[in-house]
Amino acid sequence: MIEIPETSREDAGPPRSGASVSTAEVMVWFAREVLPMEPTLMHFLRSNWRNKDDIDDLRQDVYLRVCEAAQKEFPDHVRPFVLATARNLLINRARRERVVPIEAITDLDVTGIAMDVPSPERAAIARDELRRLQAAIDHLPPRCREAFVLGRVEGLTGREIAARMGISEKTASEHLAKGIYAVAETLHGEGVSPGGKR
Amino acid sequence: MSDLSGQEVAAPSAKDVAEQAADWIQRREFWTWTEHEQAALDAWLAESLAHRIAYTRLEVAWSRTARVTALRSSRPAGRSAKRSWISLMWMRTAAALVVVTAAGIGAEQYFKAPLETTYATAVGEHETIKLADGSRIELNTGTILKTSHTDTRRLVKLVKGEAFFIIKHDSSNSFTVIAGNHRVTDLGTKFLIRSEPNRLEVALVEGRAAFDSADGRAQSPIVLIPGDSLVVSDNQIRTTRKSTQILADELGWRRGMLVFENASLREAADEINRYNAHKVVVADQAAAQMKISAAFPTTGIEDFVQLAHQLLGLKVDRRDGEIVISR
Repeated sequence: MIEIPETSREDAGPPRSGASVSTAEVMVWFAREVLPMEPTLMHFLRSNWRNKDDIDDLRQDVYLRVCEAAQKEFPDHVRPFVLATARNLLINRARRERVVPIEAITDLDVTGIAMDVPSPERAAIARDELRRLQAAIDHLPPRCREAFVLGRVEGLTGREIAARMGISEKTASEHLAKGIYAVAETLHGEGVSPGGKR
Repeated sequence: MSDLSGQEVAAPSAKDVAEQAADWIQRREFWTWTEHEQAALDAWLAESLAHRIAYTRLEVAWSRTARVTALRSSRPAGRSAKRSWISLMWMRTAAALVVVTAAGIGAEQYFKAPLETTYATAVGEHETIKLADGSRIELNTGTILKTSHTDTRRLVKLVKGEAFFIIKHDSSNSFTVIAGNHRVTDLGTKFLIRSEPNRLEVALVEGRAAFDSADGRAQSPIVLIPGDSLVVSDNQIRTTRKSTQILADELGWRRGMLVFENASLREAADEINRYNAHKVVVADQAAAQMKISAAFPTTGIEDFVQLAHQLLGLKVDRRDGEIVISR
């Protein structure tokens, strides 16, 4: 038997009862197929929803619906499926909240967007990724960045970071969590810029 | 297990969930982590699919930041002078090795380094070396590899062929593979290196590794993460992403199998010839370009010939030591 891990740390869980695909499988699929198109999804949500405070919640809802659907059956074409899910969600929200004329959204050409943007370009050279990472880290607030770099780059433990920075362990934890959260926003949000801006 | 079908129920905000997920990751990475904490995390993940999604999303980003770590580990600040002297020595050694080997002279005289051991596999052989530190190296067919170590570094030279490395990481004892005028520095890794004349491939299965060119124009090392496949040919370096399936196929030899997915008959013949003393020759271009998808034992040259004959309708001619396939 060959031992090739699917992903480095997949958190395998028991299959959900009544679902034909295990949650662990769905998560592997989600990481591989859905996450790389987050820039496209965010672009879609931002250009079609006025209230920017809702965007994170909308994204979460889209992911939730997409993964729930995948538990029953993986969609054949991921990008159109994700964008159609996003469109339906916006329509429902608009109906409920009556803030946006529904026509504005129903006209959206989801398939057009799906074709427009190059599929996630995975042939990027490692150095590009490195630059992106560097930028993500540079964008952190100073103290948060310091904790993140001490932890991730220098390999210090939480306790050592707290001691080095002269802060409580609780504060060190908060900096680290915030750093992880913010770096993820940058990395996923900018994975591949739509339209090839650079 | 909670069910999430109630989509209309107001969920906690996405930001709250993501912040909780980020907190779990930092707790796991930077603080004491026992079965107790793991159980608590598992429980949190099982609470809702939204938790799992947020956690996966952050986890993927977190693993991507591994590249920063890797880069730093390969170039420690403040010790660059000493390091670069060592790497220069390595480069020279590697270059010397290639030249000497090509000329067919024993390379030993160039290596006064202690405890050098040479391993080799004949055509068709597959051998696993277990190193004292628990690392393992699997040698594919027709491979020559030399290992040496000091207290602070472990060095492997892949003279020719292909090997799969499963390396126990030790930050005070680096592990470096030199192949041709390139080197791969392990940062806790499973990886494959295949060295052919004018072509070198490094594929990373797990962990991280840094790749360096030793041609004197070295820029910062390229950091490889799982799924990365780096190919050097004609002085061009190309990195692509490979799916788990493709990597598994490429590593089929570890269980004695060759797996071809839409490969040309020529490619398949070249591959199977690496493992067999008798060689298959594909005589004409039309036959060479036919595509096959199949799996054979590495020693299954007869299976291969039968497939060409029966499924592709090609002619088979057996001459001394060669099996010639043609239209």
